[in-house]
Amino acid sequence: MIEQLSTAARADLMQRLRHCLGDDGIIEESESQRPFECDALILYCDLPLAVVLPATVAQVQQVLRICHQYAVPVVARGAGTGLCAGAMPHPDGVLLVLSKLDRILDIDPLARTARVQPGVSNLAISEAATCHGLYYAPDPSSQIACTIGGNVAENSGGVHCLKYGLTVHNILSLNILTVAGDALTIGSLGLDSPGYDLLALFTGSEGLLGIVTEITVRLLPSPELAQVVMAGFASVSAAGDAVGAVIAAGIIPAGLEMMDSLALQAAEDFAHAGYPRDAAAILLCEVDGSREEVAQHAAQVAHLFDSMGATSLAMSQDEAQRALLWKGRKSAFPAVGRLAPDYYCMDGTIPRGQVSYVLNEIYRLAGHYGLRVANVFHAGDGNLHPLILFDASDPQEVHKAEQFGAKILELSVRVGGCITGEHGVGVEKLRQMASQFSTEELLQLEDIKHAFDPALNLNPGKGVPILKRCQEYRALPARHQHD
Amino acid sequence: MIEHDYSTAADRSEHIIAALRRARDNRRPVTISAGGSKRHLAGRDCEYELLDVSEHRGIVDYQPQELVITARAGTPLSELNARLQEQQQILPFEPPQFGGRATLGGTLACNLSGPARPWRGSIRDTVLGVQLINGKCERLNFGGRVMKNVAGYDVSRLQAGALGTLGVVCEVSLKVLPRPEKTLTLCYAMRAPDAIQSMNRRAGEPKPLSGACWLDNHLYLRLSGAASAVDSTAAQWGGDILAADTRIWEELRDMTLPFFSGEAPLWRFSIKPSAPVKPDFGPTLIDWCGAQRWVRGDYARAALEQVAASAGGHVTLFRGGDRSTEVRSPLSATEQALQQRLKHAFDPDGILNPGRLYSWL
Repeated sequence: MIEQLSTAARADLMQRLRHCLGDDGIIEESESQRPFECDALILYCDLPLAVVLPATVAQVQQVLRICHQYAVPVVARGAGTGLCAGAMPHPDGVLLVLSKLDRILDIDPLARTARVQPGVSNLAISEAATCHGLYYAPDPSSQIACTIGGNVAENSGGVHCLKYGLTVHNILSLNILTVAGDALTIGSLGLDSPGYDLLALFTGSEGLLGIVTEITVRLLPSPELAQVVMAGFASVSAAGDAVGAVIAAGIIPAGLEMMDSLALQAAEDFAHAGYPRDAAAILLCEVDGSREEVAQHAAQVAHLFDSMGATSLAMSQDEAQRALLWKGRKSAFPAVGRLAPDYYCMDGTIPRGQVSYVLNEIYRLAGHYGLRVANVFHAGDGNLHPLILFDASDPQEVHKAEQFGAKILELSVRVGGCITGEHGVGVEKLRQMASQFSTEELLQLEDIKHAFDPALNLNPGKGVPILKRCQEYRALPARHQHD
Repeated sequence: MIEHDYSTAADRSEHIIAALRRARDNRRPVTISAGGSKRHLAGRDCEYELLDVSEHRGIVDYQPQELVITARAGTPLSELNARLQEQQQILPFEPPQFGGRATLGGTLACNLSGPARPWRGSIRDTVLGVQLINGKCERLNFGGRVMKNVAGYDVSRLQAGALGTLGVVCEVSLKVLPRPEKTLTLCYAMRAPDAIQSMNRRAGEPKPLSGACWLDNHLYLRLSGAASAVDSTAAQWGGDILAADTRIWEELRDMTLPFFSGEAPLWRFSIKPSAPVKPDFGPTLIDWCGAQRWVRGDYARAALEQVAASAGGHVTLFRGGDRSTEVRSPLSATEQALQQRLKHAFDPDGILNPGRLYSWL
């Protein structure tokens, strides 16, 4: 396990970090560290030995070398928008904040790539590329704030995944620093690389294998046109069947979203998007591409929804209408957030065909725990976000919300899905890893970790449970430590 | 309609595990093989005791509305294609069939994808989950049958291009796509440097491009998608519309074009798509919108590696030539050490295709 430094060693470490970063590159006072105590999953907080904010890759490298020498844990952080406590500081470690590395280094319009630093926000890449008619496709809801480095760490998705893929499909190359501070480039400017595909392994590795210092992303041509078809349905099963019908018709929508009754009512109150408040579920289906293709597919989708029993139907006729129809969906989380003091967002993925069964099970569990739940579903790719409403000031409700959440994840695995589609494991879902993976599989993941970080100093206690280091892991009580 | 015999489907994974146990106990490495179509392609020549997994075959599950198919590794691609065809669906990555002998497992191991790769992704991009048996003879499942899954490291994609050195892949789940409504090929007489410029500029337009290659002084662009979009793009872009237009793409995919015949060493460059053409090369074929370039001839490996590196990529001696030394671009010392440790994490006794990727791996 990680050993605490002696007082003298700690003083040495701090002095060396200060020397490397200067006074404005390190935060040592607890009060000043508070903004960094958690990511967007605020249930899990802690304070590190030091928060460091390097301004250059060379400084990042020095920080890693110093930490390596003292065998001190290093936790990387971007904008802190993560939803699994993956960026929660380690109490005996250094929090490595990469937000100052925020330059777009180069855009190559002919090769359709952008070379960027990890602290660049997701949206800033598309904004910089738009003058070339290009954009960066993955668009997580937090895209205004979240950084591309964090997107790589979590393999972030967004509402356009089914058609355009995840982060792993949209990056070409990474500059990496190992835990010892050694630099290497993985991937290439071609479409593959020799040897093992370390690019695939790093993407979604939650900062456990190395620190990303530069990313080359693929850019796509901005579609000529996008159009949204919105339909209300009298039951979640009717909406689920309509999703299957779109896929069966040979259409791959750019986005296909479902909201259930509680979610769509909250969103409508918040955004006044024109959603049918009496529907049990609505679907938002966006098609994009060339003008002819969009016209053809939008008409097909509207006809399909109608024939599948839609109780209401609307189609965007211009960009303002399209933006309004999306506004409700994009503000669904904060809108639902107004219904209760707190909400807990889950992230299982399920086979699309199971959505009706899973939602009904979730409603049953909600009754059992006496908690309300609103469901937002990336129906195109099967990623379900139940938002459990609770009051964090009531320890019993916190406990019930966590139990309810765990049940939902186990349900996702049982129907053939997984515990996390895009938010990552972090601290939050460490325990559920055992419901998705066997002991041998967890040990294989652990062996991969060892290959990159033998002393387990990169983001310890996250992502992959370390069974060898924690024999009692499976016997731990089902309650994590936090306050 | 071709009749396919699905009765040969069988789960032979216990047999594979038993064979691997013997290999481990006797410290005798195995050469993993199914259809044998790529035995002397892509990797170094390494002959050990043959582990034939061709009988471990059959489609395990196919859910057209989920866009997911799961099959055993020994399943011939022809069998997968036939089943998908019934539902008007396709393998997005357009893999080479190699005369019907290519299997799913071998295609994943070699990470082989056809002309659609820059637009529809590779098999690496398409794989959702795998079942594999590692060098410790453990049966492991990673990923799954859903589109999004970020639990644990992405061990499934790691198998793409690993040439079976991390595990015997037994079962693979893939994302599939609807067959495009219409496909059409445009042809332009053009020199290579102009073709590189042209194909990359076209790829920056929001049009249904699905193939861009150059051979014999002609640029070929393939359009696939909604009929209305394909027709209007063809009208805007001009060029000669090819009749019998699928053949060139099939022959490119399966490497049966005259360019690929003969004994001369075949080199594969995987580089930045817009990289300029090197005028001093002999016969060249450009695919993947410039990102994959094939070159024929006896060249010094180091010189080609230099060219590939300066174009942001790497080169492989794909077929022929001296396959007893390295056939891939070298890695940095740091990366080489990491790759060796990764290999050790999966195959501590080194029984799975050792030396096939690199002599030191």
